[in-house]
Amino acid sequence: MKKILLKGNEAIALAALKGGVDAFFGYPITPQNEVPEYLSKYMKDAGKVFLQAESEVAAINMVYGASASGKRVLTSSSSPGIALKQEGITYLAGAELPCVIINVMRAGPGLGGIQPSQADYYQITRGGGNGDYHVLAYAPENLQETVNIIKASFDKADYYRNPVMIAVDGLIGQMMESVDLDSDIELKMIEKPWAASGKNGGNKRIITSLYLDPYELERHNLHLQEKYTEMKNNEQQVELINIDNAEFVIVAYGTMARICRSAILMLKEEGIHVGIIRPISIWPFPTKAFTTIDARLKGYLVCEMSHGQMIDDINLSVNGRKPVEFFGRAGGVIPEPIEVVDAIKKMKESLI
Amino acid sequence: MNDIIYQKTKGLTNQAMSYCPGCTHGIIHKLVAEVLEEMNLLNHTVGIASVGCSVMSYYYFDCDMIQASHGRACAVATGVKRTHPNNIVFTYQGDGDLASIGIAETIHAANRGENITVIFINNGIYGMTGGQMAPTTLLGKKTTTSPYGRNIEDHGMPIKIAEMFATIPKVAYLERLSVGTPQKVKKAKKSIEKAIRYQQEGKGFTMLEFLSTCPVNWGLTPIEAIKYAEKEMTEYYPLGVFKDVDQDA
Amino acid sequence: MAIGGLMAKGKVTFDYAYCKGCNLCVEYCPVHILELDTYKTNEKGYNIVNVIEPDKCIGCAFCALMCPDSVITVKRVKS
Repeated sequence: MKKILLKGNEAIALAALKGGVDAFFGYPITPQNEVPEYLSKYMKDAGKVFLQAESEVAAINMVYGASASGKRVLTSSSSPGIALKQEGITYLAGAELPCVIINVMRAGPGLGGIQPSQADYYQITRGGGNGDYHVLAYAPENLQETVNIIKASFDKADYYRNPVMIAVDGLIGQMMESVDLDSDIELKMIEKPWAASGKNGGNKRIITSLYLDPYELERHNLHLQEKYTEMKNNEQQVELINIDNAEFVIVAYGTMARICRSAILMLKEEGIHVGIIRPISIWPFPTKAFTTIDARLKGYLVCEMSHGQMIDDINLSVNGRKPVEFFGRAGGVIPEPIEVVDAIKKMKESLI
Repeated sequence: MNDIIYQKTKGLTNQAMSYCPGCTHGIIHKLVAEVLEEMNLLNHTVGIASVGCSVMSYYYFDCDMIQASHGRACAVATGVKRTHPNNIVFTYQGDGDLASIGIAETIHAANRGENITVIFINNGIYGMTGGQMAPTTLLGKKTTTSPYGRNIEDHGMPIKIAEMFATIPKVAYLERLSVGTPQKVKKAKKSIEKAIRYQQEGKGFTMLEFLSTCPVNWGLTPIEAIKYAEKEMTEYYPLGVFKDVDQDA
Repeated sequence: MAIGGLMAKGKVTFDYAYCKGCNLCVEYCPVHILELDTYKTNEKGYNIVNVIEPDKCIGCAFCALMCPDSVITVKRVKS
C-alpha cells in the first residue's frame, strides 16, 4: 500500500505487469519510448516476453498472435503509430481477441509534433479501422487513475474478448506523481478454451475474422453488437465535478480536464459557478451524465486539445437542449487555465 | 489381404479444398499435414494461415489455426512462438503475402531467428485476386497488371527469396523445392520433416520455398503448368539447399 | 500414410467426391493405366478417372502422391 514517485510511462509499464501481462510487443515512438524501455528490463526480469518489433504494424500482429494463443498482451504507441495499427485492431476486434493498447497521444495530422494532443478521439472512438467495431477506451487524467485502469483492462479485455485502449498524452506520460501500484482491483484470470495453442487431443480451434457467407457474417456482427451494447450499459465511467447548480458545465478529459479544474477555481473567485463533466471512458461515451439537465444550466463548454472531436458526442447527448460551445488548442499547444476562464466569460456574454 | 501403401493423411480434415484443379497447393498441404501427423505433432501445432488462395487453409489442416492479415503471418507466428515456445508453429504463405506486403515481417522474423517454419508457395502470380503481377513473376510474363509482360525498367527483376534469405545468419535451414514429379514430392516431404525437426531442436528460422503452379491464371492446363514450373521457373529459381546450419558448420 | 511404393501389385481406389479431373494422376502413372472418363462426372461436374487395366498396377502410388486432393488410396495386393 505504499506510494512511490513514478514517471507516467514507468507507471504504465509497472501497471501492466500488475495486470498480469504475459507479453509486450512495441516500437519506439516519442513520447512513449520509456514504456518499451522499462518493459524491456521489467519483462525480462519477470521471465515474460518482450520484443521490440520492426514496426507498429508488426507489433500489433505479434499482439494478435499472442492473444489468439491465449496470452495477456500489451502494446503501446503514439498517434501516428496507432494509425498504423488500425488494421491489426480491426482484425483483433473481428476475431474477438483481447489485448490492451496504450496510446500516448501527440499532435497530428501526419507526423505532426511530439507535444500532447487529444486529436485522436475520432481515431479511437469512430473506428480507425474498417467495419462495425469498437474498442473499449479510457482517458485517465492522473497516474493513479491510469494505473488502476490499466490493471483492470486486462480482465475487461478477456471478459469481452475485445481490444481495450488507454489514451493518455505526452504530458501524462512524462509527468511524475506518487502512485500506489497495489491499490484497487484483484485480477480475474479466466480460462480461454477458444485459444489456438495446440488442440491437445480435443477439437481444433480456428481464430479468424473471415466469414465469406454474408448471413454468417451478419450473425457474427450481431453478436459483436451485443457485446458493444453490454459495454454501453455497463462500462460508462465519468467524474462529475461541482455540477450541482452550475451555471456552465465544462466537458473535458485527460490533461485538459486538469487544466479546467484550475480554471473553475479561478472562475469561482469571480463568482461564476462552473462544473466539469469528465469522461473517464471515452468509448462508451458517458451519455448517462447528460440525461438529466438542470434547468438553470446555461450551456456546455467542450474543451479539447484538438479542433473539436469529442464535441460531436456532447452534441449527440445534449441533442439541442442547451447551447454547446467549443474551446480548444491544437498542434501540441497546452492551453493555460486563464484561456478556459476567458472562454467561459465569452460564452456567458454571448448568451445574454 | 490388402496393405495400405498410400492413403489420405489424418493431418487433413474432410473439408474439400477450394483450390483449382491440379493446383500444387493441394500437394504441398498434403505433405505438411503428413509430416505433422507422422511426427505426432498435430496436437501441439499452431498453423498461421495467410491471405491468398490459401486464405482458408485453416479449414484444411487438422490442427489449431490462426488467420493472419495479409503479409503479417510471420509477425503473428512470432507472437505465438515467443509465448508458446513448445508449440510447433508454421506459416503458409504465397508470394504476395511473403514477398510483397509481408517482406518486412518475413525478413525480421528470419533475422531474429524465430523458431518457426515458413512454407513459402511461389507461383509468381497473385492467384486469388485474379492473376496480377507478383514480386516473383518472371520477366516477360504477361499478367493482368503487366499486360505487356514484366520488364526490368518498370518492375525490376523477380525477387529471389531463397538467395536473399540465405544471407541472414539465423536462418537455420532454407531450401527451394519443386513438387513437379513424384520423386520430387517424396523429397519435399523429407525436407519438410527436416525443417520441423530443426524447429523442434531450436535451431532457428526454417523456410521452404516451393515452386508452385497457377493453371488458371497462367492460362495452362495443370500438366502444362507443372511443366512451366519445372522448366522456365526452375531456370530462374534454381532448386537446392541454400542454407543448412548442420551441413555448413 | 504414404509409405512409398514397393514394386508389388497394387490396387487403387478413388474417393470421387473430391476429384477435380485435373489429370495429374493420368499423366504420372508410369504404366498408363488411368484415363479420364469423357462422359461420367461426379456431383461437382468433374470428369472422374477410370482404371483401364487394373491388373497392370504396380502399386508405385505415383498417382496418389501427385493427387492434390488426396482422392486416391493405394493398397498392396498379395498374391
